[in-house]
Amino acid sequence: MSVRVYIPRDSGALSMGAEAIADAIGAEARRRRLDVAIVRNGSRGLYWLEPMIEVATPSGRVAYGPIGSGDVVSLFDAGFLSGGKHRLALGPTAEIPYLKRQERLTFARVGITDPLSLDDYLEHGGYRGLERALALSGAQVVEEVTSSGLRGRGGAGFPAGIKWKTTLETEANQKYVVCNADEGDSGTFADRMIMEGDPFVLLEGMAIAGLSCGATRGYIYLRSEYPHALRTLNAAIAAAAAHNYLGENVRSSGKSFTIEVRVGAGAYICGEETAMLESLEGKRGMVRYKPPVPAVAGLFGAPTVVNNVITLASIPIILEKGGAFYKDFGMGRSRGTSPFQLAGNLKRPGLVEKAFGVTLRELVYEYGGGTANGRPLRAVQVGGPLGSYFPEAKLDVAMDYEAVAAEGGILGHGGIVVFDDTVDLARMARYAMEFCAIESCGKCTPCRIGSTRGMELLDQIIGDRDRAASAALLRELCDTMTNASLCALGGLTPLPVMSALKHFPGDFGLSGEPT
Amino acid sequence: MAAEHEWDRETVQRIATSLKDEPGALMPILRQVQDELGWVPPESIAMIAGILNLSRAEVHGVASFYHDFKHHPPGRCVIQVCRAESCQAMEGGALADHIQRRLGIGFGETTRDRKFTLEPVYCLGNCACSPAIVVDGELIGRASPERFDRRFASLNGNRR
Repeated sequence: MSVRVYIPRDSGALSMGAEAIADAIGAEARRRRLDVAIVRNGSRGLYWLEPMIEVATPSGRVAYGPIGSGDVVSLFDAGFLSGGKHRLALGPTAEIPYLKRQERLTFARVGITDPLSLDDYLEHGGYRGLERALALSGAQVVEEVTSSGLRGRGGAGFPAGIKWKTTLETEANQKYVVCNADEGDSGTFADRMIMEGDPFVLLEGMAIAGLSCGATRGYIYLRSEYPHALRTLNAAIAAAAAHNYLGENVRSSGKSFTIEVRVGAGAYICGEETAMLESLEGKRGMVRYKPPVPAVAGLFGAPTVVNNVITLASIPIILEKGGAFYKDFGMGRSRGTSPFQLAGNLKRPGLVEKAFGVTLRELVYEYGGGTANGRPLRAVQVGGPLGSYFPEAKLDVAMDYEAVAAEGGILGHGGIVVFDDTVDLARMARYAMEFCAIESCGKCTPCRIGSTRGMELLDQIIGDRDRAASAALLRELCDTMTNASLCALGGLTPLPVMSALKHFPGDFGLSGEPT
Repeated sequence: MAAEHEWDRETVQRIATSLKDEPGALMPILRQVQDELGWVPPESIAMIAGILNLSRAEVHGVASFYHDFKHHPPGRCVIQVCRAESCQAMEGGALADHIQRRLGIGFGETTRDRKFTLEPVYCLGNCACSPAIVVDGELIGRASPERFDRRFASLNGNRR
């Protein structure tokens, strides 16, 4: 019988040479006349160990990593196909503390199954959520989602059940489900990992949304920076359709639901839901005024459920195990789990799915292991380019929508970027304004013009020209952007700027009292 | 340079005609033109507008809004360097400086021999392996000046 060897095809693993490792292991196995079946799985999310390979042994899967091309022959010599000792051996995968201490609900199968094997998906509990949803009425499904407490994982944190209920109750001949896969925040990669590592869970979540809310067509708006996700999604859609999990009369339900992937064109603003809808309609990604909300009048004016990849990928387990099961995780009004993405200057960057409430300190030190280069940690940006910078002294904040907001930040899409003591926060604040200027859709003045003026003011502060007056004006400008911008881009860009100014005034040449 | 104005009319016509009935057809059309030609020739705007029965202004507005749609033909090899926060935290700035020096061009420029085009990107979603770059379609994680130079040497053959 052949031995199964798992080598990720996740683009992070590929970026570290996984393709060459797969080729080398295949070639070496043939040379030694060994029967090896290579499975190209998703990533377990332990990126400092990528390419991390696994071998299925009679006592479970064991891992080795990070593997370089030069290690392949020695792995065979060490008998890795039966779990042999090697300097890169990591032991049983499930026992690696980084993984063992996680609470993987949405990511339960990522890195474990073959992403394109529908059989694998079904064997690991796949499509049980859809089967149950088909036995319920649309209103009952929506109730299950509402009772789970699931909130939008894209960043806004809006309760998913309320969106669904609105779309369900809005009468229309045509409704849509749109999956926001325009994961543009620096420091985030959870959507990509799902789409590359367990695409069926997203398709299942979208099908549940469509069939329960009365939508027959689904679109995945995928950013163009994710070519591997595109290939995986298209292959998974074809496989799901071939087995009637998509298409006409899904699983003999009498209802139809199809999914098409649409690729974006490098505009960050298209991650904003109304700009995304405009883009899907073939227009510039200009933010719309609300109301009407997309749930009432969205794509092509039809009622549209718009949810992020992680939100939709969390639906199957909620339907399978019930809203109460999901709600049992988390704290306060933040229920369930969230995939926190550890990035930047960390020893152990990667994906950590935990119930809400874990502290930033725990994530950064216990999981992340502190800075990669061993220098003192100075700042952590939480929630992407529109998120606040936290100083070391503020790391005890619980990762929970409300708790982070109480500290003047946002949880966003769960991205966490760590900086060491060489970071210049005045430069980072300028970058935040620059990014906003580059990506602004231009519809509202505070964002379009404010971002450029903000950049100029920061140049003046950095260059010590009218420093105190410029800082005062910058504060006023940020106040205007916060309160008068049309969407989160202009509205939240002041967060990284003002948090940098507040916690690291010295970087701006200001003497303010650091907190 | 005359070559700047040569563009493949037949390809654009084929793409626009085959996709014109898709909902929101303009984006998929521009996307495919960009993917196949490597740019969206300004002269193709009128053709696409005609096929979709849109004004040229509408098509130009969309083509010029999105960063991916290029208005000049790229070099044979496109190099993208992530400039976003996670890569900045891992010395992405020094890497970007190094790559600009090595190529002798700045961001948004193409080398005179038309071999290389350098583009900034804002996040490749490979933030756990920062800094990240894309060379000729291949994503490279934990990129360093040395790693870039090795890849560059192999692409550049005996040019130096």
